[in-house]
Amino acid sequence: MSAPSTPTASPPAGSGGLLLFSAVGALVAFFCAGLSQDPIFRLQAETFAVAGVIAAFFLTAGLSGGTLRDEPDRYSDNVIKAGVIATMFWAAAGLLVGVIIAAQLSWPRIFYFPEAGWLNFGRLRPLHTSAVVFAFGGNALIATSFWVVQRTCKARLAGGIAPWFVFWGYQLFIVLAATGYLMGATQSREYAEPEWYTDLWLTVVWVTYLLVFLGTIWKRKEPHIYVANWFYLAFIVTIALLHLVNNAGLPVGLLNHKSYGVFSGVQDALVQWWYGHNAVGFFLTAGFLAMMYYYVPKRVERPVYSYRLSIVHFWSLIFIYIWAGPHHLHYTALPQWAQTLGMTFSIMLWMPSWGGMINGLMTLSGAWDKLRTDPVVRMMVVSIAFYGMATFEGPVMSIRAVNALSHYTDWTIGHVHSGALGWVGFISFGAVYCMVPWLWKKPAMYSNKLIEWHFWIATTGILLYIAAMWVSGIMEGLMWREYTPQGFLAYSFIETVSAKHIENVIRTVGGLMYLTGALIMIVNIWKTIASPSVAPADAIAAPAPAIA
Amino acid sequence: MSVWKHHTKVERNSLLLVIGILIVVSIGGLVEIAPLFWLQGTIEKVGGVRPYTPLELNGRDIYVREGCYVCHSQMIRPLRDEVERYGHYSLAAESMYDHPFQWGSKRTGPDLARVGGKYSDSWHRDHLIDPRSVVPESVMPPYKFLAEKELDYRDVADRMKTLRAEGVPYTADQIANAKKDLEAQADPFSTDAVAMRDRYGGKAANRDFDGDPDKITEMDALVAYLQMLGTTVDFKSYKAQSPENMR
Repeated sequence: MSAPSTPTASPPAGSGGLLLFSAVGALVAFFCAGLSQDPIFRLQAETFAVAGVIAAFFLTAGLSGGTLRDEPDRYSDNVIKAGVIATMFWAAAGLLVGVIIAAQLSWPRIFYFPEAGWLNFGRLRPLHTSAVVFAFGGNALIATSFWVVQRTCKARLAGGIAPWFVFWGYQLFIVLAATGYLMGATQSREYAEPEWYTDLWLTVVWVTYLLVFLGTIWKRKEPHIYVANWFYLAFIVTIALLHLVNNAGLPVGLLNHKSYGVFSGVQDALVQWWYGHNAVGFFLTAGFLAMMYYYVPKRVERPVYSYRLSIVHFWSLIFIYIWAGPHHLHYTALPQWAQTLGMTFSIMLWMPSWGGMINGLMTLSGAWDKLRTDPVVRMMVVSIAFYGMATFEGPVMSIRAVNALSHYTDWTIGHVHSGALGWVGFISFGAVYCMVPWLWKKPAMYSNKLIEWHFWIATTGILLYIAAMWVSGIMEGLMWREYTPQGFLAYSFIETVSAKHIENVIRTVGGLMYLTGALIMIVNIWKTIASPSVAPADAIAAPAPAIA
Repeated sequence: MSVWKHHTKVERNSLLLVIGILIVVSIGGLVEIAPLFWLQGTIEKVGGVRPYTPLELNGRDIYVREGCYVCHSQMIRPLRDEVERYGHYSLAAESMYDHPFQWGSKRTGPDLARVGGKYSDSWHRDHLIDPRSVVPESVMPPYKFLAEKELDYRDVADRMKTLRAEGVPYTADQIANAKKDLEAQADPFSTDAVAMRDRYGGKAANRDFDGDPDKITEMDALVAYLQMLGTTVDFKSYKAQSPENMR
């Protein structure tokens, strides 16, 4: 690195540019808000403008006060600290909304408010999914990827102020999307509900994220790119591709929140589920596998089980996943050849998924005792076990004959949650439990006991949730197709709804337990940060001898 | 030299890695999705399906806005119980003008692909205002505000123009008369209803969908949409066994 080894007083590169961008952005947004006749668009533009003003204010204060300084020979850890806090904040928020909508389905007479239509299930459900997937999961991915890429490349994050732009730009995306749903701005594309201007904003943030990540890899002092970074890269690149194609659309007007997607009907359905399934494959799988490939070996102090299995796992997973979308459209008006292709690849997907699971689990070879002694290791191992279970259940459900029963039922919801709560949630919590003492320079987490409590309450919650959904899903699927001996349908639809009441209540309890676990974790993190530190911030490790 | 050695090149060059990822993740999508745009058999040959009237279109946009698709599918599968419960299985042609599609993925409530004409307008109104007043065990949210809120249709012609740019065959005549047709459809005594039906076909009903003659509400639009769902397709013109419809 050519930069001087002493910290300079100069601000991070691009700070002035970002200040200008924030100020101009705020101004343009204010004008748009003033000119628009569309109340939803106006409020969203005002939100954007306020964010621009706040950004400009803090940048100006930082630049004039000299507090905004570049530290070229240290890792950029402050942005990761912010990311960890954001991760936990959105986890609590997203899980809370989940508990609320579960309660709405359990007790509709209590949890619906006729005077507050914006709290209806139809508006809160996208809020829940986006908050847990993109806000909680997305922040966890960005924060961990920033940690992993710096440590494995022995280089500071590239791009000067750009990582901070990625962080705050992403929070703004979340706020625009979330407030948009509550007001009724949605494209109705599952997991891609935000309207066109929010999509454009995410594109800007995401491309910056890709450049920061790649730029850091280019600065690396290690000849090899570590396997976790392959997965992060596949996640970032593929999500960009999926996002751009699935959200292709035309706005009704430049000052109108409403847009119509360019695809229609059957083509639109397949584009959407190509996106939808690969949001699972690349956002919720590839990105979190990257976490597994770094934090598990690091925590148990053992190398990844098999280097060759990592290579096979990586390429086969990303190749096969992308084909699996049509299994969401079995027996629909989608041509059958596409359904069959989707089912075939979904079943094949079992192999790379379990290859990855084996690679993660076997990394514990020689360190299995840590399962007993370290609740964080246990949490990550259980998360890999849930990954294995969900990626076995998925291929089973993608078989047409099974899907005929499971599709449209709660079974799907249970399947998603065994992946989301078990795999995505637990591996993220594990990574955060690892990083908090590292980032804030503490010897360990404040309390191992609290981690134990978190683990057991949350695990029990997941089991209650998915068991309840298996029962209710298979039950309603069977009831829908039940015939009387005389050859009539045995049940009206509403009978299948009321039959699920107990399972809905159990699901609510399970979700509440999972939320409780996350709240315990937040307390634990808070106490850890408040405890005395042991060491100064990490300097960048000594350069490796050769650079390729 | 083994394949593992070759892989070292990819591990040392981030651009090779990115290009490799892009190629590998593009293949599946291209093979599965692209043919749907040019294979003739993707959409069946069947008559009757027409673009939405301005009022129905606004109703559909409210259906999207409220997230109805989260709990209601609009896709009847060709399984015995579904066909007996909901009606003829859904055809691809029936959603060919749907931007975006509303097939859904979950049935917390029943399928709505052919709900049109199954219940009266007043049942829909009562049910939307307070679902448990007509179906005591329902878990559906209440939509009282739809009956109170006047429909904002200032941009309805722009919406139709946007859809036309994306391939929905709205005529210049339909776009020019968008507001007039919308008002005519919500008024049972409108003299413009004949012209509206000329433009959208004889089945397009003009009624006071929400039972409130004083204003055009969001309830009018939503009920108009629900009442036409699945009713336009002409099954007499659909030959399931003809080669062009075998997919």
